[in-house]
Amino acid sequence: MSSMSEGGTPAGGKSSKERTGLAALVFDAKARSLFFQALLALAILALIWVAIGNAADNLASQNKQFGFDFFDRPSDIQILTTFGTWITGYEAGEHTVFDVFLVGIANTLIVSIVGVIIATLWGFLLGIFRLSPNFVLRSFATIYVELLRNVPLLLQIFFWTAVLRLVAPSERGTYSTLIPGLFQFDAKGIYGPYPILEDGFGLVLITFLIAVAASIGYAKWAKKRQDATGQPSPVALVSAGLIIGLTVVVYLIMGRPMTIEWPNFVSDGPMLRRGFERGIGSYIAPEFMALLLALASYTAAFIAEIVRAGIQAVPKGQSEAAAALGLPAGIAMRKVILPQAFRVIVPPLTSQYLNLTKNSSLAAAIGYPELVAVFAGTTLNQVGAAIEIIAVVILVYLVISLVTSFFMNWFNNRVALVER
Amino acid sequence: MVDRPVEYPAVDHEVAYVRTDDAPTLPAPTSEIGVKAWLWKNIFASMADYSSGPRAVASILMTIITVFTAYALIWMIWTMLDFAVFSATFGDPEGLKREACLPNPNGACWPYVQAKWYQFMYGFYPDDQVWRINVLFALLAAGIGWLVFGPSHKGKVAAFMLFGYPLLAYVMLNGMPVEDDGDLGHIFAGIWFPALVAAVLFAGWWLASSGKFGDVGQAFAPALLMGVIVVGIFAVLPLVTMTLDLALGTEVVETNKWGGLTITLVVAIAGIVVSLPAGMLLALGRRSNAPIIRYSSVIFIEVVRGIPLISVLFFASAMLPYFLAPGVDFNKLLRAMIGVMLFASAYMAEVIRGGLQAIPKGQYEGGMSLGLSFWQQMRLIIMPQALTTVIPGIVNTFIGLFKDTTLVLIISIFDLLGILLATLKDPEWATASTAYTGYLVIALIYWIFCFGMSRYSVHMERKLDRSHR
Repeated sequence: MSSMSEGGTPAGGKSSKERTGLAALVFDAKARSLFFQALLALAILALIWVAIGNAADNLASQNKQFGFDFFDRPSDIQILTTFGTWITGYEAGEHTVFDVFLVGIANTLIVSIVGVIIATLWGFLLGIFRLSPNFVLRSFATIYVELLRNVPLLLQIFFWTAVLRLVAPSERGTYSTLIPGLFQFDAKGIYGPYPILEDGFGLVLITFLIAVAASIGYAKWAKKRQDATGQPSPVALVSAGLIIGLTVVVYLIMGRPMTIEWPNFVSDGPMLRRGFERGIGSYIAPEFMALLLALASYTAAFIAEIVRAGIQAVPKGQSEAAAALGLPAGIAMRKVILPQAFRVIVPPLTSQYLNLTKNSSLAAAIGYPELVAVFAGTTLNQVGAAIEIIAVVILVYLVISLVTSFFMNWFNNRVALVER
Repeated sequence: MVDRPVEYPAVDHEVAYVRTDDAPTLPAPTSEIGVKAWLWKNIFASMADYSSGPRAVASILMTIITVFTAYALIWMIWTMLDFAVFSATFGDPEGLKREACLPNPNGACWPYVQAKWYQFMYGFYPDDQVWRINVLFALLAAGIGWLVFGPSHKGKVAAFMLFGYPLLAYVMLNGMPVEDDGDLGHIFAGIWFPALVAAVLFAGWWLASSGKFGDVGQAFAPALLMGVIVVGIFAVLPLVTMTLDLALGTEVVETNKWGGLTITLVVAIAGIVVSLPAGMLLALGRRSNAPIIRYSSVIFIEVVRGIPLISVLFFASAMLPYFLAPGVDFNKLLRAMIGVMLFASAYMAEVIRGGLQAIPKGQYEGGMSLGLSFWQQMRLIIMPQALTTVIPGIVNTFIGLFKDTTLVLIISIFDLLGILLATLKDPEWATASTAYTGYLVIALIYWIFCFGMSRYSVHMERKLDRSHR
């Protein structure tokens, strides 16, 4: 039987004697593995070869050429006023297709980042509510989670679009107030103050950054001191004082280097001219709001479940020990439960963040100009370079995914370090 | 408690305070039972601690949050009820269409749902052929019912639902894909080649497994059998459709007439059916020792998981045609389904990989020591265990897939949500509340499917959890 164990052959009918020739080759694990790998590699190469050949034929028959020259072409695509057009200063007719691409990326990033922040805060709150001893909070969170998680996001985006249209004043020449004295809205969007920076504001900004850095340093020092001596420091108070106080003082010293531009509402004159004047004050498009509300509320439902599972994964003895030490529920949650729950929470949280970013592409359905809508949609229709454009879009999402995973892995390693 | 006299040992009566009988059982204190205690424990206890400054602040904060949340909850339920019931328009006996709903702008327009229900369910499927879809719906409901509540043979039913049902559904929905002149020659032209190949493969399988070629023959037999089944399907399907056509008078219904819940289910079921085996293969590939197999699996999985489904659909609808031979064009629905299948397979692979990682190494070694081949180990030992551990994850993937089918509307396929948006453009039903009524109904349909699946997953989780104790 020794030959069998040496060859590592499965026990077939003829296991007792040494195989020779073809049979030995067929039953040799290494030869098999090599054969199947070669087969797979050949199949993939053949697929790529055929695909490239077909693509070349198809492009030739349509008189198109493969290449990324279209990026330099001037673009006359009209894009909704959004963060992307603001930050790139995009004007139809004056910019190139590459600028359209940048507008798309900027819009994807802004809705994802703001969405992630809101969804995280709201999701953590809901997750804690779900475990609350308070019946009202608990049932609210349960109903919310079960309702939103089980309805397609796209439907929710349409729903929010319709709701925003419903609450906006329908009559021309009227508006409603969102935050008294700051933000108003009508059917076309939300209008608010716009800060115009003057000379010397750079110094204020630098001061702000220094204050933030100083607060972080102070927080680190305070933690070290508390770990060593057990004495707590008023971190929140000092940081707030540093950041707000210092910035305001420098702002005043520099002679208030900022003026605020308020939106201008035209309530008389010809009917079509009534409403908020374009380009004055800050403006948020309703498409952005609908997408943001839908993404944040939908993802929050998933984050709430992750947070709940994370908290439940912390052994009950931990909260009992915290109670035995006399810690109030809030501090026990913040200092004992959550830090341990984080280890369980962070990995699935990362995939929720990535999901939110990817789901922002659903904006294509309501016309918010993010990457897929404005680049893989509008630009593709105008330029027609389907292969190149979709490849670029896929590449951008892969880069975003990689960067986010990288960052969250770094964060995860930090949280996990607590473990011995 | 059983009333039974207890025999106590003789008591020395010089000790004055020794009981000779049981103390009476007292009712539970009022602070522990009843409505008042429940209210106290579940609502008011969290806001009643004023023993110190910070705790008082916390209690007051809690009171405010609770009142606010209770208000939000009641407002939500009331708005929903008011919209769906109290302010709603229920009937349209005179056939007024939008005029019937205009008087109640704040309530649901149910006659609209009634009028469009057919489209929600079947899209533009011809009226006289709709029984085909109904039969499939009934079969689906029966199959799922059997899988959840059935007493036995669940494995066979599951196998039919996963492999037989989709084929049957294709045949039933699409009808006979040969020319409608009743000429048997056309059908024969379509099937003679696959039938021949299947026959050759079958002969090969029979020879290989007969033992004449020894182990080598045995080794190739399963692959040959697989080939027989796959090619055989192509040979048999036209025969089935022809029989259906002759027996029941079915006709071909092009996919652009399909719509509504039918398309949603077609896309979802196709995704589910393909993603399970494909996910298993990819997961095994990712854990394989062979570098080429491993890296191609990893690249496929990570790339697909890194991009949004829309870009996969755009890829399938705009980019894929370039990669096909000139003149080859397949239909839009099929392309969308390919996109969904690719996407679902990558996610499924990761779920199954989690299950594979949970299998102790001893299971593989046990399989090897029994002399099982790799595929035998997988089929008989590893996969059954791995799949049962990750049933909740698999069901969650199905739920995600079901919700994601809505995205096909972006490449203009009329799924349930797409058909709703199409009917909303109908001026005959344009009222202030039509859109909300539609959203409510469609959301409810999706919710029932997804919530049902998630309950099933919770149920399985509990069941499996118990079996591990």
